[in-house]
Amino acid sequence: MSGGHDRSDSDVQTGHDGLRLAARRVYAIILRHLYVLRRSWPRILELTYWPTVQMILWGFVTMFFVQNSSWVAQATGVLISAVLLWDVLFRSNLGVSLSFMEEMWARNLGQLFVSPLRPIELAIALTVMSFIRALISVTPAALLALPLFDVWVFGLGLPLAAFFFNLIIFGWSIGLIVSALVLRLGLGAESLAWVAIFAMAPLSGIYYPIASLPAWLQPIAWALPSSSVFEGMRSVLFGHGFRFDLLASALALNAVYLAVAIAIFLFTIRVARERGLLLQQGE
Amino acid sequence: MNERAGQPAVVVDKVTKRYRDVTALDGVSFTVAAGSTMALLGGNGAGKTTTISILLGLLLPTAGAVRVLGHDMLRERHRVLGRMNFSSPYVDLPRRLSVAENLTVYAHLYGLADPVGRIRSLAAALDLADFLDRPTGDLSSGQRTRVALAKAMLNAPRLLLLDEPTASLDPDTADWVRGYLQAYQRESGATIVLASHNMSEVERMCDDVVVMRAGVIVDRGAPAALIAKYGRQTMEEVFLDIARDRRAPSLDTRLLASR
Repeated sequence: MSGGHDRSDSDVQTGHDGLRLAARRVYAIILRHLYVLRRSWPRILELTYWPTVQMILWGFVTMFFVQNSSWVAQATGVLISAVLLWDVLFRSNLGVSLSFMEEMWARNLGQLFVSPLRPIELAIALTVMSFIRALISVTPAALLALPLFDVWVFGLGLPLAAFFFNLIIFGWSIGLIVSALVLRLGLGAESLAWVAIFAMAPLSGIYYPIASLPAWLQPIAWALPSSSVFEGMRSVLFGHGFRFDLLASALALNAVYLAVAIAIFLFTIRVARERGLLLQQGE
Repeated sequence: MNERAGQPAVVVDKVTKRYRDVTALDGVSFTVAAGSTMALLGGNGAGKTTTISILLGLLLPTAGAVRVLGHDMLRERHRVLGRMNFSSPYVDLPRRLSVAENLTVYAHLYGLADPVGRIRSLAAALDLADFLDRPTGDLSSGQRTRVALAKAMLNAPRLLLLDEPTASLDPDTADWVRGYLQAYQRESGATIVLASHNMSEVERMCDDVVVMRAGVIVDRGAPAALIAKYGRQTMEEVFLDIARDRRAPSLDTRLLASR
């Protein structure tokens, strides 16, 4: 009987060959989650539904404010752009944490960790899935904003890509930390996926400048990459140009948050191996 | 390869596992000869699943060492996981995915060169072809056990760990699975470690038996040797003697009893 291995001896999976096999393991996890999405149109509908509803709600709020607020009137797309970018962050976090919890709900973690899959490969696969889920979520709403409210978010150009990727990366960090906490505390803590991200909302200055926060709260707000992104978005939309200082700040903070999140995620898997949590998970 | 002729496939050396004030394993040591089938026996809480989890690297021991196929499982598990596999009715595959999708995912995880061909051949061997496209969650428990076995055979493992491989199977299917595993071992020379409560299965399949109680090994030997040692007719009777702490009668006592 033959297993059809690429190599007869997996002891020597080093260098290029090791990387190729690692990429296949990441692909396997992505494939697993794409299979779930493909089989469930309600899931895809749910992914696109909330951002679209939010965009429509804030579109009407914008229509009202354009006539009653000189601030919004200066840049009619500011609220809709804000809500769409907020959803990028929100979906990026959920994309990681829900994909991880999917493995726990399916009682599949034990099977995964007796395969050659490494924890860091699982983390990479979760972040790729998060990116895919965020694109599926936000793209239809972003496209619909043009015919409905004459707001073309893609008109932001290259800065949009900078905002998008910074928010995606911050969402990964939150999602990895939430996944680690749920692994450690059990599925009873799954609501952390929503709690954690909404805790960021008031501090991120999504709909208002950070300067409008109480003075003691502003340093905390500036410690979040999302604050730099939304401040940067307003700078572009109000015609003050793209602020590279805010981009640099967001990138630096994201590098720190992501490194800490990966370390926490890997450490928690190690703790789970010490405490026998990998075989006990499930509903 | 680190699996040299004559070297044991598994070496467990003074392994202890403690959870706060509970000792799940207490200084357990044993070896499993390459190409043999060994059973871990014991009642609930004896430490069988803990032992298998440590062999798989899913659980870290508090003390002791484990070598699998020549590698230290605590430090080099990723060098050997591709050559071992595991099946248990208590660990699921994602139920929303079809059988073929689940097997495809694991075929990629194990780095198979020809996932489609391998899945096709396993589907034929394990009689899965009729439900390859059905969601795994829609299958009967017997069908799911066969799918789990197919997943465990994907990489043609050199070491196969099985936790109650025939639990929830009807006698006919269970017999067929045992036959399949024995044929696989004959053809591949793989090593099998299984935990089972089915004593006829142990008698039929195993070369060696490690009997555990409360986290320690209380006896060990070939099924026939244990049956003779305890003066019993079957492994079931031996198991009950050990579980109820009835010691193996001495030869003299048995001789007297037979007169």
